[in-house]
Parts: sequence; C-alpha cells; structure tokens
Amino acid sequence: MGKGIFTVKNLIKLAAVIAVYLIIMTVMEGNFATRHFKSLLVPIGINIILAVSLNITTGFLGELSLGHAGFMAIGAYSGALFTIFAENHTGIPNSLAFLIGIIIGGIVAALFGVVIGIPVLRLKGDYLAIVTLAFGEIVRSIVNFLSVTGGARGLSGIPRYTNYKWTYAFVIITIVLLANFVKSRYGRVISSIRDNSIAAESIGIKVSNYKIMAFVIAAFFAGVAGVLFGHNLSILKPGNFDYNKSIEILVIVVLGGMGSIPGSVISAIILTLLPEFLRGASNYRMLLYSLALILIMLFNSSEIRQRLEDSGKFPKLPKLPKLKARAR
Amino acid sequence: MNLLEVKNLGISFGGLRAVDNVNLLIEKGQLYGLIGPNGAGKTTVFNLLTGVYRPTDGTIKLDGVDLVGKSPSEICKSGIARTFQNIRLFKKMTVLDNVKTALHNQQGYSLAESFLHLGSYFKREKSMDEKALEILKVFDLDGQAHYLAGNLPYGKQRKLEIARGLATNPKLLLLDEPAAGMNPNETAELMDTIQLVRKRYGITILLIEHDMKLVSGICEKILVLNFGMELAAGTPEDVLNNPEVITAYLGE
Repeated sequence: MGKGIFTVKNLIKLAAVIAVYLIIMTVMEGNFATRHFKSLLVPIGINIILAVSLNITTGFLGELSLGHAGFMAIGAYSGALFTIFAENHTGIPNSLAFLIGIIIGGIVAALFGVVIGIPVLRLKGDYLAIVTLAFGEIVRSIVNFLSVTGGARGLSGIPRYTNYKWTYAFVIITIVLLANFVKSRYGRVISSIRDNSIAAESIGIKVSNYKIMAFVIAAFFAGVAGVLFGHNLSILKPGNFDYNKSIEILVIVVLGGMGSIPGSVISAIILTLLPEFLRGASNYRMLLYSLALILIMLFNSSEIRQRLEDSGKFPKLPKLPKLKARAR
Repeated sequence: MNLLEVKNLGISFGGLRAVDNVNLLIEKGQLYGLIGPNGAGKTTVFNLLTGVYRPTDGTIKLDGVDLVGKSPSEICKSGIARTFQNIRLFKKMTVLDNVKTALHNQQGYSLAESFLHLGSYFKREKSMDEKALEILKVFDLDGQAHYLAGNLPYGKQRKLEIARGLATNPKLLLLDEPAAGMNPNETAELMDTIQLVRKRYGITILLIEHDMKLVSGICEKILVLNFGMELAAGTPEDVLNNPEVITAYLGE
C-alpha cells in the first residue's frame, strides 16, 4: 500500500541507512574503538544476513531448517574458489572479482536450495529439521573429503576482500530485498502456507513450488553471507560450518522473533556481541551466554513484557508462531 | 445447462466405502443443498470435488471439463472454491491479506518486481487492495480489514472464509456447514449474505448444512446422503416429506 517508492517513510529510511553508515565509518576510520571491536563489525553483518534469510524459511514459511550453515559453506567455498582463481589466472579487478564471487556463491547455494527443497515437499516439522541437519553435516563431510576445498586443512590463500563497506552494503541489500519480498504477493503466499497449507492449496496455490522458492531464496542469501565470511577470514575450514553454526543462527532468529526482520537484525547484533562482552568471565563465558539466552526467552513470553506492551512502553513485536510439529 | 456434473462418484478407504454411486447435477446459478446425518459422507464428497481425495470411481465435470486427478490448486483455478467445516484461515495474517492471498493468481507481477517494488508492483497491489476491500464490504468486514484473522469473532471468521473463497473468482462455491456454531440470528444474517453474494456475483453454490429449516429456506434442490449413498434428491418439500429421510434423521 502506498503510492510509490518515494514516500516520506522511505526517505527517512534512506536517511537512516546513510546515518548508520556514517557512524560506522567514523568508528572504523577513527581511533575511538579497539581493534578487537572493529573486527566484530563484519561478523555482525554476516550474522544479520544469515538470520534475516533463515527467517524466510523459519519465520515466514514456518519450517524448521537446521541446515543454514550448509548453504553458507557452499557459498563460502564456491565464492572463494572463484576469487582465488580470478586473482591468480585472470586480470579481473579485485572488486569486480569479489562481486562476481559473491553472486556465484549465492547462486551455487541456491541450486543446492533446490536439492534440499525437494524433500521439503514431503516432510514437515521434526522430520524436516532432521533432514536439513543431515544436509548440513553432509556438506561439511564432503568439503572435508574433497581436495579442491583443501580438505580438513582448510582452504587458505583467500584474498581478504571483505571489509565493513562491502558487508554493510550487502546487509542493506539483503534487508531491503527480503523485507520487500515478504510484503509482496509471494511473501503473502509463503506466510499463508505457514498458517494453513491445506487452505492455501484450496485457494489455488501450488504449495510445493512456493516452499521450494522460500528455501532457494534463503539459501541464496546464506551463500552470500558465506562468501563474505570466507573473504574476511582468508582461510576456510569445514569446522566453521558444523551444526553449532546452524543452531547459532536459529537461536538468533528465534530470539529476535520469528517472522520479524527488525527482530532478527537486533538479535544478531546483540548475540554476536554478547559472547565478546563476556570474555572477562573467561571459563564461565558460555555458561553466562546460555543463561542470558534463557532469560531473554523467558522475558519474551513473560507477563511483564505483555504488560509493558499493553501500556505502550515496549515496542510491539509479533508473537512467536508456535512451530507445528505435524500439520495435517 | 449443468455447471457441475458428477456421475457414479465413489471412493473406498481400504474396505470402507465412504461414498458410493453419488450423482449430482447442478445447474448454473442454482443453490444446492447437501444434507445427511453425521458420517454420511458429505464432507468426503466435498473433498472429492476439490481434489483432496482422488475418487476410485466416477466422473466429475465442471463446465464440461474433467476434474478427476487434478490437484486442489488446479481445481481452484478451474473454478471451484470452498470453505472448511473447521475454519481454516490464515490466522497470523490480516483480514485483508487473507483475501489478497486468494487474489494471487489473478494479479500477477514478477518475482523481480516483488523484490524491488518496482514496475507494476504498486499498481497491482493497489488494485488488489481495492478488489479485496470490495469483497470484504459485502461481508461487512471492511472495518476490520487490518485485524489479524485469528482475532475476529467466530461468526466473522466464517464469513471471512467465504470472502476468501469468493476472491478466487469461482464458478462454483462449496460451503461446508457455513452456519455451524452460529446462533439463530447470526445464521439468518449469514443466509441473507449468501443470497446476496449469489445474486451479486452470479455464482452457483453447493452447501452442506444440518439445520433443516435453513436448508429448506434457501436451497432450490437438495441431495440427501446416508451411509455414503444417495437417499433422496429433489425440491426441499419432496425431500423433507420423504419418509426415508425422516427415518434416517429421526430414527424409526
């Protein structure tokens, strides 16, 4: 609804995007922050892309996917292999090579999204979660086994192209594209499948096609995040993409609120920074981290939050839809 | 001219013959009633017509087009819309979006346009809004267009389901117990709305109902099912005075 792209609301958003960029630039170029803090900005951006894209499958389509790290791995390796090749054997300028690498990473991951999308047609809830979990592990094992990916030693010598500018640009692109998508006729269809797939079928929606569509879109952006990840570390190891990574992304999505894109963004920022702030607690770090997760989860479903929401002191966020174990 | 022609329709689930040899001829514009005691197979007939189940015997033709073997979404595109006995709305979506989802196949714009909100996105969305609001107005739901569907009172949820079905632009609308759980006032109001919809959109309606008074009040023809088979068919007066029908409903 609205009259076009050039509304006041959109201009304010554009101004906000530029303002945030200027703040980040000041922090990164200036001397206010430590090197350690500066090095966290890229991982935050990558986690935002991962969380927002996983939200398409988990929050909007309503299917529990535990294979997001698998798509990320596929994107990371295919993008890195391309840029290594381009740097050594072609004269493509670095920025262009990186851009092509990002697109290749996204597309290859999306192709695997089709592969994983086919079992999605037949499975639901817990079963799908298991299959996607297995998918992620299979990807990791294959990467471990192949020589072209460097096997368990890892793929090294990846040019360090990723910086905060690239990351910020792709974070904004991802958020804008996916927020637009969920507000389109396709986004409505995907949410309708989550709410009631039998009814969706009855109003002429080919549920299977749109489920695959959602998986492919999520996979594409996970692939993009993977490429940024690889070119940030300059070395890729299969261990980076184990199921803990998938679960970490899922936790971000769940805490941010399923079906809420701003929620995913805020949650990605907080949960990437939280373990770093807890570094002082050394051995108790992960203990405190999990404690914090539990507390946030309790707060989200608590009466206190409900009252704050009712009194208007707390921004209203959409309620978490319950994951249906078995529909039909 | 018959809009829907169903001949010798039957389905077996293992050894159970849920529907057997049912014939149904519905003329264009007719309001047809399907009644019968609990477990008679009424909803199964609906599920056969909409492709949820594939019949083991018989043919289903809508406007001369064979529907057997088509998927529910294809059947909807051929022109049959339905509601469900236990309401199936998109509860976490707004009332307006429920109807707009049903317009999905009519107002196309590409995937690229939906990512970028360029091209015909705003034009198409606007015309979808207008069309959806127009349908909601018929059901007196336009005031609640931005409520979540799950937050509507029960009677309105039933109406919204009909509105959503109507938005797919059907030739035939199947209503599965539209008045279930409504009080007499709500039922009377709903029946007025159904009559209005029929006149305004010129569509044919097949409805399942338990309330005899209501069925005989608005339906022109009635088919009575019992144990999956036809018990009687004809005008409301004929059917409701048929001793076999009375026996099936009230017992000996």
